[in-house]
Amino acid sequence: MKQLSVTVQRRRTQVISLALLALFLSVWQLSTKAATTGPSKGLPSPTAVGARAWEMISDPFYDRGPNDKGIGVQLAYSLGRLAVGYSAAAVVAISLGVLLGLSPSLYGALNPYIQVLKPISPLAWMPLFLYTIKDSGMSAIMVIFMSSLWPILANTAFGVAGIKRDYLNVSALLQLSWFKRLFAVVLPAAAPAIVAGLRISIGSAWVAIIAAEMLIGGTGIGYFVWNEWNNLQLSSVIFAILMTGFVGVLLDLGFGSLAKTLSYKE
Amino acid sequence: MAFLEVEQVSKTFTEAGGGSLCVFKDVRLHIDKGQFVAMVGHSGCGKSTLLNIIAGLEQPSRGAIILDGKEIDTPGLDRMVVFQNFSLLPWMTVYENIHLAVKAAFAQWDRQKIHDYVQRYIHMVGLAGSEHKKPAALSGGMRQRVGLARAFTVQPKVLLLDEPFAQIDALTRVNIQDELMHMWTATQNTVFMVTHDVEEAILLSDRIALMTSGPEAELAEIVDVRFPRPRIREQVMDLPEYARIKKHIIQFLKNNSREVSAGGDAPAAGVLVAKSVVAEA
Repeated sequence: MKQLSVTVQRRRTQVISLALLALFLSVWQLSTKAATTGPSKGLPSPTAVGARAWEMISDPFYDRGPNDKGIGVQLAYSLGRLAVGYSAAAVVAISLGVLLGLSPSLYGALNPYIQVLKPISPLAWMPLFLYTIKDSGMSAIMVIFMSSLWPILANTAFGVAGIKRDYLNVSALLQLSWFKRLFAVVLPAAAPAIVAGLRISIGSAWVAIIAAEMLIGGTGIGYFVWNEWNNLQLSSVIFAILMTGFVGVLLDLGFGSLAKTLSYKE
Repeated sequence: MAFLEVEQVSKTFTEAGGGSLCVFKDVRLHIDKGQFVAMVGHSGCGKSTLLNIIAGLEQPSRGAIILDGKEIDTPGLDRMVVFQNFSLLPWMTVYENIHLAVKAAFAQWDRQKIHDYVQRYIHMVGLAGSEHKKPAALSGGMRQRVGLARAFTVQPKVLLLDEPFAQIDALTRVNIQDELMHMWTATQNTVFMVTHDVEEAILLSDRIALMTSGPEAELAEIVDVRFPRPRIREQVMDLPEYARIKKHIIQFLKNNSREVSAGGDAPAAGVLVAKSVVAEA
């Protein structure tokens, strides 16, 4: 095969990518052309979605009552819940993960439970949260908490348990205090694994928040999608779906660059 | 009473199958203050394990380590190790790696004093200009210079060198050995070094401990190297005693290599009569 220079290859990839998008949009446009007379007849066309998107992006922060808020306001609600639930999960999971990683017997003892709890859909906890907390907003935050907890915990424990003996030897020789050992050796050594866990779970937390908000209602991008579906405003639904995708990419990019700064070469 | 005493130390590892493997047994080695002692032996004779036991990173199965009159069984700032694989913390810069050690050893010093001290050692090992590089950006020789600086800054009672130059190319090794000799002359540290390199051992040491092959390796003999100090490599290498000691050690290692003893036509491990070769310069 002929060797291609990196730039040529990259340009080729971009062209294919844009061509596929154009193809998809035109097929979509052509197949929905016949059905633009009423809101209930078939899917909206890409131009209709585009028009709606423009309308919503040009005024993202309006607030006209409970069922009529700008897309920016709804996203802010969702991101706010995400921030609270996710940060709490990160603090709990990293602390617990470090303890498990440093103590093989504790790790062994708790690992079976973690393995059972990890695959449970975070939404499955919702009824229990609603019953015990009796607050739908807090319950949604707890769903985020549950969705982020396990990947961070498992990765942190794995990362800490796998710290090279050499680094721990150095900290032993230098008689570092527990605190100094944690911040100068253990956490930096396990940082790549911990950030990998953070990156996985920010994605799953963002997926979970949409579903949780559909259930609890009131505010947030998930509720917005559900509410617009009830209004049969499918162009808003499609636009909101795309927005969640974009926000997800931004979150992932953020953690990607964090991973880059905290990674180290041996 | 010697400064560092290795008293009848044995190490037995429990194997996964339930059996046990005695790596070395009844090693008795006394090192005086300020002495440079090397240990030479084949891979598997447990010399690195013994070094780790002295460092407190591993426990002896039998016997004891006595430093300055006190038995020791945990790591401490009175013993620092220079590791074969450098063991620098890769997320820290050169400066930070040394700073961590200095801060640990001299917690009572103020910020400026620690900084000046770290900088002095960075200059001493020729790393000025590289202090803000991470270890991954450095060559093996430069990394081990950081390792040496880190160990010397702590001003330990005993310096433990675990095949420190094995992963460094031959040309750099010569320079860094000279630098080590320099630093040792300046500090008069007590040093225990483990090495495969016979010439390195002769050049640097006052005494060389020869181990038979493992398992159940034993300390067979101790060779005295009485060349005057400070030593200059080229001069030492020209001495007839240098060649004699080198030949003796290589002969010893050859007689003790596992392949030969397995063949059965050489004296079994440990049977060699312990005899010191004394080189008067």
